[in-house]
Amino acid sequence: MLNNLLSHILSLSIWVPILAGVAVLALGSDKTPNATRWIALVGGLAAFAATIPLYTHFNFAYGGFQFQEGIRWIPAFNINYHLGVDGIAVPLILLTSFTTVIVVIAAWEVITLRIAQYMAAFLIMSGLMIGVFSALDSILYYVFWEAMLIPMFLVIGIWGGPNRVYATIKFFLYTLLGSLLMLVAFIYLYYQTGSFEVVDFYALPLGLKPQILIFMAFFMAFAVKIPMWPVHTWLPDAHVEAPTGGSVVLAAIALKLGGYSFLRFAMPISPDAAHYLAPMMITLSLIAVVYIALVALVQQDMKKLIAYSSISHMGFVTLGFFIFNSLGLEGAIVQMISHGFISAAMFLSVGVLYDRMHSREIADYGGVANTMPTFAAFAVLFAMANSGLPGTSGFVGEFMVILGALQANFWFAFLASTTLIFGAAYTLWMVKRVFYGAIANHHVAELKDINKREFLILGVLAIMVLGFGLYPAPIIEITHATVLQFISQMHNKIPSVVSAATY
Amino acid sequence: MDNIQYDMITALPEIIVLSMAMFILILDLFLTDKTRFFIYVLAQFTLFAAAYFTLTTHTPSVGYSFSDMFVDDALSDVLKLMMYLSTSLILVYTRNYIKLRGMFRGEFYALVLFALLGMMIMASGQSMLTIYMGLELLSLCVYSLVAFDRDNVKATEAAMKYFVLGALASGLLLYGMSMIYGATGTLNISQIAAALIDPTLIQSTGSHPVLILGVVFIVSGLAFKLGAVPFQMWVPDVYEGSPTAITLFIGSVTKLSAFAMVIRLLAQGLQPLALDWQGMLLIMAVCSMVIGNITAIAQTNLKRMLAYSTISHIGFLLFGLMSASLNGYASAMFYIASYVIMSLASFGIVLLLSRKDFEADKLDDLKGLNQRNPWIAFLMLIVMFSMAGVPPTLGFYAKFTVLQAAVQAGFIWFVVFAVLMAAIGAFYYLRVVKLMYFDEPVDHTPIQPSADMKIVLSINALALLALGLMPQSLMTLCAYAITHSLQYPK
Repeated sequence: MLNNLLSHILSLSIWVPILAGVAVLALGSDKTPNATRWIALVGGLAAFAATIPLYTHFNFAYGGFQFQEGIRWIPAFNINYHLGVDGIAVPLILLTSFTTVIVVIAAWEVITLRIAQYMAAFLIMSGLMIGVFSALDSILYYVFWEAMLIPMFLVIGIWGGPNRVYATIKFFLYTLLGSLLMLVAFIYLYYQTGSFEVVDFYALPLGLKPQILIFMAFFMAFAVKIPMWPVHTWLPDAHVEAPTGGSVVLAAIALKLGGYSFLRFAMPISPDAAHYLAPMMITLSLIAVVYIALVALVQQDMKKLIAYSSISHMGFVTLGFFIFNSLGLEGAIVQMISHGFISAAMFLSVGVLYDRMHSREIADYGGVANTMPTFAAFAVLFAMANSGLPGTSGFVGEFMVILGALQANFWFAFLASTTLIFGAAYTLWMVKRVFYGAIANHHVAELKDINKREFLILGVLAIMVLGFGLYPAPIIEITHATVLQFISQMHNKIPSVVSAATY
Repeated sequence: MDNIQYDMITALPEIIVLSMAMFILILDLFLTDKTRFFIYVLAQFTLFAAAYFTLTTHTPSVGYSFSDMFVDDALSDVLKLMMYLSTSLILVYTRNYIKLRGMFRGEFYALVLFALLGMMIMASGQSMLTIYMGLELLSLCVYSLVAFDRDNVKATEAAMKYFVLGALASGLLLYGMSMIYGATGTLNISQIAAALIDPTLIQSTGSHPVLILGVVFIVSGLAFKLGAVPFQMWVPDVYEGSPTAITLFIGSVTKLSAFAMVIRLLAQGLQPLALDWQGMLLIMAVCSMVIGNITAIAQTNLKRMLAYSTISHIGFLLFGLMSASLNGYASAMFYIASYVIMSLASFGIVLLLSRKDFEADKLDDLKGLNQRNPWIAFLMLIVMFSMAGVPPTLGFYAKFTVLQAAVQAGFIWFVVFAVLMAAIGAFYYLRVVKLMYFDEPVDHTPIQPSADMKIVLSINALALLALGLMPQSLMTLCAYAITHSLQYPK
């Protein structure tokens, strides 16, 4: 029985949250708000529990796909329901199911309108994103990838701010446009290999020109999602308008879908193009790191500032990918996980303030530390982590990427490390303006400190940020074998370990 | 097997529909308004009986009858079954609507059944004359149906436009058929194909220009019936002007018959000239996508928006047909079947929201639907995302199959263009979702659909989701129909 469950653990990770979401929709309503919230929380916790065996039963020494399961799905086109994870996907899946629980708790008293639909949207989205991280058939992957746009579209549009319609339609169309080109690439690869299996794509030898076209199609899809400069403009809009939960999921997980997909598709399928286009990718990454950090510096709106900070941090991730050494790659993965916790915490902190003041303008605040001391302590910790202070998880990833970049080229490392200055500048300046100084106005004077629920979510995230900052080994260990295999795969097109589908 | 008994067996469903339509016309004379519901039951029963006989007489082999003018093959059977099912849904969706508008009369059902008969004949036509007769029967019934609400000025205008342009298109089609007949000496579809392959034909008669001209006229006629650019002018006006019940009919089931006609004429008869008509279809496909998708953005009327959306869908359908391979035809059939399911659900929802003296055909009428009735809003959400081609709905696989067929045929850059158009098209479907979910309702009248309509409509819309998760069955069915009916010499 246990073994049977274990062999379907990925399906469980995907479908438990989706079914929980359907159950919330069916059973919950605004007339029974507390029951709805509890159903959602139980569903979220069950979904989180379902993903834990992925870590505890993972074979750390093996770099290929594990927990594989598959059935034939659409034989007409040789499309299979094929799932499997490697060391890169597992931490991201755990991050997803963990964040979903946080989002459900964070919405507890905040969302009072159409609670069931809100909770269901996040639970279903969680299952779909786990699906993206674990699909090994490209059409299955594509279905999950696109389907997750629908709940996010609704979340921003229904519960968002005043300009929500513009933001959510922009978000949807940007992402859709990029993804459709990826679909064309998948179909092209299908006619080259006769299947939609990712591992078959890896094994396909391709000339440089088709590789470049395929890489560009993938680039359109993933660069929008990460987002990379210059296709990042949807993100600040979406973040500003989205409700807190939406911002958390966008920043903590949705952006990682793009980063992960570079590692799963674009780079291993077209490695020569990846090497060939690396200068372009590194340039774009460095522009994101430096230029977007400067843009963040001048923001008046807290959420917008964090949104730009996210783009800047994701620039580190893509930089780590395209310097092609294990230090940079592992650093990028650590950075993705760490940014998941830190950005979630930052957006939740803004959410705490917004729920009380209904303003995200930095100018409306000042001296919050006087009235909310506990909250200020958390906020300062997360701000430090965001600017990459040693001892927090934010430092580990950035430091590894900078070291990796140093191996590749001194100037990459030099430009990348300016983030330690700019990041500290925009984050700490915001903290200074919001939390310190004299109490700015009577609204701030009337603020109440965080309640137990808010303490709980911020506390858990603080433990994560500090924990991975002091002891990042769990992430590095689980990814190490996969990263080594990935690096070798990037050097020869035929992968060393290709696990054949067994059905 | 050329005997009268066999002829009758192959055409049994047609005979049933014909006799029942005439019976309904006569019976209607003896019914009062109270007992007229019986006609509705009778019409549904006719569809059921026709489906039963189509299924029981089905064989995977191809059977010719009536001196090879009529064919009973897998393609015709599958298409006919789809027609019965769609017509049956149409009768369910329209019953309340026509009752409230004084159109609940025996003639309505008789005309629908005659139109169905015309479509069935088109699906089974093996001679250009049979196909043309079926087409005319369908067209005449549809013209009258559009004008059925006699005192409705807008509908009368739409009927007039439809009739004038439709007659012109029929003329074009007939003219093209006559040229093909002149060049090949036969009206029979398979004999035309055989004559065209014969290399001596073109050398001895030098008739290639005539053939090409014939193909041009035939393609124009077909494009009109499908509503492809540049023959799309009638589509928005007729969709908007007709009573929604009739729009539902024109927008869904008739597309199946137009598809049948395209397959019979182009894929079966003129397949050897594929190189000539591929280019025409390509241009029409590209123009349909551009004009359909971009013009739809500017619409404020839901029916008109759906009309332009139809044009863009037809563009995608032509993409599948243009591949001129079995894979392409099967994916086009899958596309049209998916489109019919979506179209039925979308117009069904418009019908469901309409009341006496209220058509619910403005986009703004959908405002705040999620607050008024979350379930119906959810159904419409599925339909809209399906039309936009977002997984996990059926609409995604429909687009996926035609795109893969086009990639296989080597049109990869046109596929890139098509997906860009699909992204533009997503905008106006998203706007419908926006109106339903993000806006506040302006109309608070409770929505009280009849139970049977609500259940059937729910199944209809949820089928888009269910088939989106498990598209294999419908794909297999379409591939089966195409591969067992189109036999090309190797």
